[in-house]
Amino acid sequence: MTTPIGKPPLDRKTLIDLGFIEARAKVLDVAAFLDRLDRAPATDVMTDFRVDAIRAALVIALDASPARAERILNSWSDPSTQPIAHADGKAARGAHLPR
Amino acid sequence: MYIDPHIHMVSRTTDDYARMAAAGCVAVTEPAFWAGFDRSSAAGFQDYFRQLTESEPRRAAAYGIAHHAWICINPKEAEDHGFAREVMSMIPAFLSRPNVLGVGEIGLNRNSKTELAVFEEHLEIAAQHNSLVLIHTPHLEDKLKGTRLILDAIAAHGKINPARILVDHVEEHTVRMVLDRGMWAGMTLYPDTKCTAARAIDIMEMHGTERIWINSAGDWGHSDPLAVPKAVVSMRARGHTAADIHKISFDNPRAFLSQSGNFSVNAPRPTIS
Ligand SMILES: [Zn+2]
Repeated sequence: MTTPIGKPPLDRKTLIDLGFIEARAKVLDVAAFLDRLDRAPATDVMTDFRVDAIRAALVIALDASPARAERILNSWSDPSTQPIAHADGKAARGAHLPR
Repeated sequence: MYIDPHIHMVSRTTDDYARMAAAGCVAVTEPAFWAGFDRSSAAGFQDYFRQLTESEPRRAAAYGIAHHAWICINPKEAEDHGFAREVMSMIPAFLSRPNVLGVGEIGLNRNSKTELAVFEEHLEIAAQHNSLVLIHTPHLEDKLKGTRLILDAIAAHGKINPARILVDHVEEHTVRMVLDRGMWAGMTLYPDTKCTAARAIDIMEMHGTERIWINSAGDWGHSDPLAVPKAVVSMRARGHTAADIHKISFDNPRAFLSQSGNFSVNAPRPTIS
């Protein structure tokens, strides 16, 4: 690698210029998604484990420590270590369902 | 000039081949995968493997693209162990076909016991035929656990040189453990559920460009067969050198894939079927 590992070739100001508008749009989309759920007719469940997972991830995104993306992915991951007896359907859900 | 080392061209149109060629694609490799529905018989796989080894290379050659394939039963159809064994019995005959690079994409989907057993049996087929191995890691919340199970199963099996194994669909939380075991890591540029180009570039900046490649995994779902050349454009915008860009999009896949004598970046002469 031409630049040292861990260091992006571009400085912080240039990276902000390059990525700000896209990040702004994504933050708005998440906020609007949560607003939409608040406006929607209620069902018998107050919330959903996937939405809880997003809210918990937002707390990680706001903290001051590094590796936020990695820590968010870990927070959404199934923490168990043994193979399951049978596959319950083909599709993953995107967040770990707490037991 | 680039290589897309993981793309499911049976699900793509001929126009996609034309666009990829125009964007500089010279070679693709196509792992056997789930067609979006379960095949009703092992014979369905026989036909699929013929498509991967006979008709798809011809379709690619018309656009100057060298097409290669990987053979296996994918983990999504591996929950019936007897059925999986019937399909696995067909693999050796296809491994000797001229465009086949090895066994793949094997791995786990929901991390079940049967998926793991079938994965281990595939590893044994690869070891017996001295084949390269291309591994699919599970999606979303299953990825971290599945990647660990896969790496542990490879270590326990112990008969395949890690440098001949590529573990695909790594993300921020799985890339390090793959590289630390001496294997290659693939980053899939897939909308929504895997890596965006921006995050793949972040991962390269954090972990370097040794033993790592990018692919589109373009298939029948929401995906982009031009994801690799688009990532190249993003790398340029992010200030990366032409040498680093060429390494990740061409030299690295060529180095890993050339461990199979069947790999070439030169497409065979086009033929009329
Ligand atoms: Zn695939």
